[in-house]
Amino acid sequence: MKVMTCPLNGPRNINEFVFGGEVTPLPDLQAPDQAWAEHTFYSYNGTGVVREWWFHSASGYWFVAERDRTTDQIIKTYDPSELAADIRTAMLDVDRKMFGVERKTEEVAP
Amino acid sequence: MNNPAPVFRDRLPEPMGLMLERQKTVEFIFEGERITGIKGDTLGSALLANQQWVWSRSFKYHRPRGPLTLAGHDANSLVQLPNEPNALADRVPAIDGLDVTGQNVNGSVKKDKDAVLNHFGRFMPVGFYYRAFYKPKGVWDWWEKQIRVKAGLGIADLKFKPEYYDKAFLHHDLVVVGSGPAGMMAALKAADAGADVLLLEEHTLLGGSLAYSEFSDCNNPEQLRQELMAKVRQHANITVMTEAVCNAWFTDNWLPVLQGKRLYKVRAKQCIMVTGAYEQHVVFRGNDIPGVIFSSAVMRLMKLYAVKPGERAAVLTGNEDGYLTALMLNRQGIQLCAVIDMRQASELSHTEKNLVDQLHQKGVQVRFGQTVYEAKGSQRLEFIEVRAITSPGEVSASLETIPCDLLCMSAGYMPAYQLICQAGGQLSYDDQRAAFSLRNLPDNLYIAGSVNGIHRLSAVMKDGERAAIEALNALELSDEAVPDVFCDQKVNFHWPIFKHPKGKDFVDFDEDLQVKDIVNATRMGYRDIQLVKRFSTVGMGPSQGRHSALPTARLVAKATQRTVSETGVTTARPPLTPEKLAYMAGRGFDPYRLTSMHYRHLELGAKMIPAGLWMRPAFYPKEGQRLTGSAASPLLLQARNIRNACIENESLHVRTKVGLIDVSTLGGIELRGPDAAELMNRIYTFGFLKQPVGKTRYAVLTNEQGVVIDDGVACRFDEDHFYVTATTTGVDNVYRLMTFWNTQWQLDVDITNVSSAYAAVNLAGPDSRKVLEGLTDLDLSREGFPYLACREGFLNVPGCEHKIPARFLRVGFVGELGYELHVPSRYGEVLWDILMAAGQPFDIKPFGVETQRLLRLEKGHIIIGQDTDGMSHPSEVSLGWAVSKKKPYFNGCRAVDIVMKRPQTRKLVGFRLSAEYLVQNQKPEEGHIVLSDTGSDSSITGNVTSCEYSPTANAIIGMAYVGIEQSEEGGQFPIRVDGGSVVMASVVSLPFYDKEQTRQEA
Repeated sequence: MKVMTCPLNGPRNINEFVFGGEVTPLPDLQAPDQAWAEHTFYSYNGTGVVREWWFHSASGYWFVAERDRTTDQIIKTYDPSELAADIRTAMLDVDRKMFGVERKTEEVAP
Repeated sequence: MNNPAPVFRDRLPEPMGLMLERQKTVEFIFEGERITGIKGDTLGSALLANQQWVWSRSFKYHRPRGPLTLAGHDANSLVQLPNEPNALADRVPAIDGLDVTGQNVNGSVKKDKDAVLNHFGRFMPVGFYYRAFYKPKGVWDWWEKQIRVKAGLGIADLKFKPEYYDKAFLHHDLVVVGSGPAGMMAALKAADAGADVLLLEEHTLLGGSLAYSEFSDCNNPEQLRQELMAKVRQHANITVMTEAVCNAWFTDNWLPVLQGKRLYKVRAKQCIMVTGAYEQHVVFRGNDIPGVIFSSAVMRLMKLYAVKPGERAAVLTGNEDGYLTALMLNRQGIQLCAVIDMRQASELSHTEKNLVDQLHQKGVQVRFGQTVYEAKGSQRLEFIEVRAITSPGEVSASLETIPCDLLCMSAGYMPAYQLICQAGGQLSYDDQRAAFSLRNLPDNLYIAGSVNGIHRLSAVMKDGERAAIEALNALELSDEAVPDVFCDQKVNFHWPIFKHPKGKDFVDFDEDLQVKDIVNATRMGYRDIQLVKRFSTVGMGPSQGRHSALPTARLVAKATQRTVSETGVTTARPPLTPEKLAYMAGRGFDPYRLTSMHYRHLELGAKMIPAGLWMRPAFYPKEGQRLTGSAASPLLLQARNIRNACIENESLHVRTKVGLIDVSTLGGIELRGPDAAELMNRIYTFGFLKQPVGKTRYAVLTNEQGVVIDDGVACRFDEDHFYVTATTTGVDNVYRLMTFWNTQWQLDVDITNVSSAYAAVNLAGPDSRKVLEGLTDLDLSREGFPYLACREGFLNVPGCEHKIPARFLRVGFVGELGYELHVPSRYGEVLWDILMAAGQPFDIKPFGVETQRLLRLEKGHIIIGQDTDGMSHPSEVSLGWAVSKKKPYFNGCRAVDIVMKRPQTRKLVGFRLSAEYLVQNQKPEEGHIVLSDTGSDSSITGNVTSCEYSPTANAIIGMAYVGIEQSEEGGQFPIRVDGGSVVMASVVSLPFYDKEQTRQEA
């Protein structure tokens, strides 16, 4: 069984963790349906290092892990506050735009 | 006693016989014969001391087979013990009175009536059972029975007594697998540097080859072994486990170790595999006759058990180990009739030339460039036929036939690669050395010694230290430079395969596979080694290719004109050795949860069922109706009738009087902080910002795809305090989702999963207010505490000053006047007791979760996960009203908006059927399909999700997904029920009961 290092609790068996998907900001609320569909259903599946959300079940703690998709090696794990500035800005950006506006959707294509 | 027992006389003098306690004898039975051995003997060594060389019969041809490795690595040694099949005779200690028999025989191992199969080999070509026995159709059914009898292994004892097996966990800085010279050196080096080391040894003795082998660069391996062992045993940082098999390698050095009746789950920060190497045989006709044996096996036999291996011995070698064996045999007074080296004299190293000289001095001549072409003998080796090697695999005319009863083979070694390949290591073949070596090891795993292709003892010991330094550096316990270890000793003869036109030149002893079988498999198109394995079964036997992998790779490479590296070996998967199911079945660590009222339910005789990790009462059968064990199976009519009667009675009781149900398993999440309402609003579909304090609101949760995944009741106890319930199995997911988003949103709110901190009951029924009235100071009147209100207050405990803090919720739940009470878990049992006591004048009765489901079905409430599936969006389950259209965002809102705009294709509707269908056994069940129409070309439009007989409605009621065109009230749709018949159900409006909702709002 794989071992993952929780930034809060140290190394633990992987079955103590829950995967939370890739770290990607939500699309803009005004974005077209297509953008939301892609965000919901498509995830990039190439090689390279990916930033992922992981949750330590026992302590209820979400953190970020960087993992090499080719070797499945976990390169590092850290608290979300240490996320790269660009990601954090993008998240807050969506946040700011999202809340406090009415939501709209496109007309259904025939 | 001055006269030694007769058994002693046959044995070699000390220091031979390391395992033996010579003063004690043991007696056991083999095939009805009494066998006397010495304490410390294995079954196998005692058999050989008694000249019993036939141990078993081969799988296919029923040829006599005897010892091969004496290390528990081959299938020849499989015997039947009274309660254990497939025991390894060369590993199982001889025990007084044990009754041992042969396996896979028709008669006895000495006189096997099926030995006649040996002469029908040409009718059993490779893959014959894939090709024969199938025509004409159906004939396999007959053949299978015959073949199973002939080709089986041991017999399982079906009357065995259960035994206790257990599991344990271990954590170490470094685990060293194998205690040979490299393993002990590695363990000592690491332990000296402060690492916490676990040293694993498969056998009884520590020391690996030091215990039995001879070395050209060490005169007294036993002394070295004793020295190293003493250091290892005394070292405070080393834990030693003997007779412990590391049976697999899993990610990040997770090692299952089997010892005795315990499975150790070992986690190692660093791991050094010092698993050694398997000696390899020479392929020639008759290489399986008892008496043809590995050199290492003969050394084990003499050194460990002091058994004289034969009278006239021959050695066939391609490396220096053959010479060391010959010298050892000579020292023990065994006549050497031939020492045959497959190499030319010019190929010998300086060390080997010295060994040849030593043999010359003892009067033994060595033959170079020759091989044994055929071994002969019926039950034991009698002659070998020697020929000169003209080119790889080709021989001259017969040179000589030499009588002998022992032939020791030393053709080279195969690294014990299995665990390392499981870890991702790769085998590559070096043509120069004619050997496989291991590459591409993962981080934190190292190999040393002969598994690393290093065979000279001094280099092996250095290699152990080298691996330890690498591990220590990774552990940051040292920063020593990693030394280079060099060893030029070549141990593999490049082509020890001599095909014979008449066959019986075995590549795989387990499966009776000869050279032509492997070659023919490639000719039939199975070029890939994996396909060759599956077609020919090579390597599939109990020894799992330890000895057949190398010759097979060589043969397939040659036959397909590829390199041995390209051909490779088949994948080695866990487990390494056969693993008893008991190790898996032993004590489990499955968590389960009990509510704080659990024992009250047991006292009342409740039928308990699992709900998620919890145990919940299903219903409460009366005395005399409490079925247990197989009688309680819902497949039995009696059990079904009791269940149906119980839930009918309980449901009517709730509808007419008052009932009490334990709902402690409900999830509960506490949200506190200025942004609590904002978080609720962003997570759930409904609007929560304006929810008044003291009110509850139904909360629906959708996932990112817009599918309904949970529901609950949100109670607002204060502006900045919500308490929201969630489904029993869904709460962890809800909590995870809330914390996930708030990690990103950083709202000012505390989220706590308090599911197990609260015990809860629902008190329901027309009399529930009366029951509660005397127990609390809250105003329970319809105006003071209306429907959908929530309160925080206290429950009085009659006859005591103490009050229980409680949360009171007036929710619909089962559709009667009712109160849900949530109290801290430690008061759960008291809560139950005081309500049952206070309810006594009103004839209160407990009801179970099955009854609750019926009651909720009558009210048309959906159960998430039962009435919803992975596609159910809010409109399909008529929850569109609970989706706010105005607020900017909730979890999954965009997907909900998109799917709800599309034309809807199906809908969850309530349906009704006459109770008469019960009598005809045509009641629809969950999962039964809904059809578009009754015609023969009808299609499936949906399925039944819930269905029950409702005594209140006196009808069968249920919910089903139906096509949108079938969903109109008053219409009918067909359901295919058990047995294939079709019933017509009528669509009715929900709820089935009390449409005006007056009862729950009373």
